[in-house]
Amino acid sequence: MIKHLLSAADLDAPTATLIHDIAAEMATVAGREVKKLPTLRGRTVVNLFYEDSTRTRTSFEVAAKRLSADVVNFSAKGSSVEKGESLKDTAWTLQAMGADAVVIRHPASGAPNRLVNWVHGSVLNAGDGTHEHPTQALLDTYTMRSRLGTVAGLNVAIVGDVLHSRVARSNALLLHTLGAKVTLVGPPTLVPPVFETLTPDVRVGYDIDAVLPEADVVMMLRVQKERMNAAFFPSWHEYSRRYGLDAARVRRLPDHAIVMHPGPMNRGVEIAPDVADSPRSTIVEQVANGVSVRMACLYLLLGGRS
Amino acid sequence: MSYLIRNVSVLGGDPTDLVVRDGLIGGTPTGDEEVIDGTGLIALPGLVDLHTHLREPGREDAETVLTGSRAAALGGFTAVCAMANTTPVADTAGVVEQVWRLGREAGLVDVQPIGAVTVGLAGEQLAELGAMAESAARVRVFSDDGMCVHDPRLMRRALEYVKAFDGVIAQHAEEPRLTQGAQMHEGEVSARLGLTGWPSVAEEAIIARDVLLAEHTGARLHVCHVSTAGSVDIIRQAKARGVRVTAEVTPHHLLLTDEKAGGYDPVYKVNPPLRTQSDVDALRQGLTDGVIDIVATDHAPHAGHDKDCEWAYARPGMLGLETALGIVFSVLGPDWELIADRMSRTPARIAGLAEHGHTPADGAPATFTLFDPQARITVDPGALASLSSNTPYAGMELPGRVVATFLRGVRTAFDGKASQ
Ligand SMILES: [Zn+2]
Repeated sequence: MIKHLLSAADLDAPTATLIHDIAAEMATVAGREVKKLPTLRGRTVVNLFYEDSTRTRTSFEVAAKRLSADVVNFSAKGSSVEKGESLKDTAWTLQAMGADAVVIRHPASGAPNRLVNWVHGSVLNAGDGTHEHPTQALLDTYTMRSRLGTVAGLNVAIVGDVLHSRVARSNALLLHTLGAKVTLVGPPTLVPPVFETLTPDVRVGYDIDAVLPEADVVMMLRVQKERMNAAFFPSWHEYSRRYGLDAARVRRLPDHAIVMHPGPMNRGVEIAPDVADSPRSTIVEQVANGVSVRMACLYLLLGGRS
Repeated sequence: MSYLIRNVSVLGGDPTDLVVRDGLIGGTPTGDEEVIDGTGLIALPGLVDLHTHLREPGREDAETVLTGSRAAALGGFTAVCAMANTTPVADTAGVVEQVWRLGREAGLVDVQPIGAVTVGLAGEQLAELGAMAESAARVRVFSDDGMCVHDPRLMRRALEYVKAFDGVIAQHAEEPRLTQGAQMHEGEVSARLGLTGWPSVAEEAIIARDVLLAEHTGARLHVCHVSTAGSVDIIRQAKARGVRVTAEVTPHHLLLTDEKAGGYDPVYKVNPPLRTQSDVDALRQGLTDGVIDIVATDHAPHAGHDKDCEWAYARPGMLGLETALGIVFSVLGPDWELIADRMSRTPARIAGLAEHGHTPADGAPATFTLFDPQARITVDPGALASLSSNTPYAGMELPGRVVATFLRGVRTAFDGKASQ
């Protein structure tokens, strides 16, 4: 069984499917009156967050607590980290605290890969720079499976700022592993052709309207204002017009197709409010599924099954 | 001390005896020489590095002129050109003379300071190039290395100005607006790793512009650490037109590719970044052809905490002096004339170091290197003479071993130990 989860590429299809299966079991816990399992009692999970992300940190925290783990939140704000302590020194501190798993969110790509050199416990990548966010891909594919019954064979369009998106990278890798077909869509500045080398069958497209009629899943990515200032696109208005998902575009989708967004959304930019709130949208489910999938990951990495 | 080196092969020629006395090679042995068995060894002209970062003054925790000189002597070098990006910057006669004097005191290699092109490497105002040229350090090579002289007007003026004292501008070719936030070569690997790309065109655009400026002004241009196939093409065309351009390639760009970034170990972070295999192939071809004139190490020591961190926060650069000859030997093979050209004669000519680059033969200065091509070494970062240990070759086996280095008849390194 794998020890760390740094990249979606660390997961083969049986492992990812196993995580989905365990997540489905974990989801039943959420429906109980007592939402707790004793599985990780006595184990320590550290949330090491160098970026503000209340939703992801909370998701991991709830997941660990439902498994009865001791949770330590080690956030960069107000700690020695902010005073310039290096990641290596912080890692040694966590090691001394006896961390069995470190969940790390960090603005630098590859920070989790560095961390595994300095701690003995498992490392879970909760988003590193513009690299990966593997648990997001696991929860997104879990959501697809719940809604559409399968992942294999799906056509998935991932639309937006692929270049800077850790969600897009992890999803493209995991969807390939699970047998789905991925098309990355956006302006060429944000979806360079080189992304066709990410997996053997990923495609790159610039025309969202051409892709929608074939799509079973449309995943909209958050676009950041600073990209406009770096000349990746001219204006919010033009971005929204060319790549935003509005009601008219949704009508081009097959009836069964779903609309996903990893959050937080820019309503009215990459996704219209009525689309985000429509029955096709899985956005609220994604949040709930996040807890179940992260429970499954912690369970598997910390040897709950052994 | 005089020496008798028996049965040594000068540049691959038939075995012969070399007598080293009074700083020169030649004469008949008198019997009071220390005898060195040269059987199987190759004598090369002492290596000259046109691109070394010695970090003194300012970062003596990473390297000093003395420790860098030791690393150089152990690597077979007899002269190194010390880059100007120290703290303070070597942009005045005072600082270049300080570095030059520290080199003399260390006494292991000739430390030839390079002067900054612009004040503080800021790219805004010319440094006092003439004052540095007239100083005791006799500076002839000027570079803002680490930074690119990106303003075309300033670059043009610098090229013109140094013609008065036969100077040369060594350009770190990097269009800064194309490399904002860049972390590694822009390509398949950077796309996968989510690291901001440093596109080849950022180097090629500056080289293309600079060869045109050199052509226009009739001045000498030297291109530091060429790293892309496209750059090799541009320089090839410029040379065919008669432009006075020379170029260097580093050992790491001849050997390593961007795939090394895969584990995010910043020991592989360097500027310009490691490129692709097709770039490596073009650089090797260019070096063999002579489109690329020389190998230069870009030896860039960094303290542990500047590398033991996240990739994006690490400083770029890698050690090179102690491993350069082995790597070049592995790339070019036992073509000793070619190695002598690329690592000694031509860099000595570009830097204006008249005492260097001479074939070790009767009457020549006793400034040479003994190399054992049969030996193999395994690189141990902890065993290097450099104060820092950021070598990308840790654990790698390299062919050949420097047995001894002589500078004007003084043995500066022997059997893995520097003489001081
Ligand atoms: Zn440079």
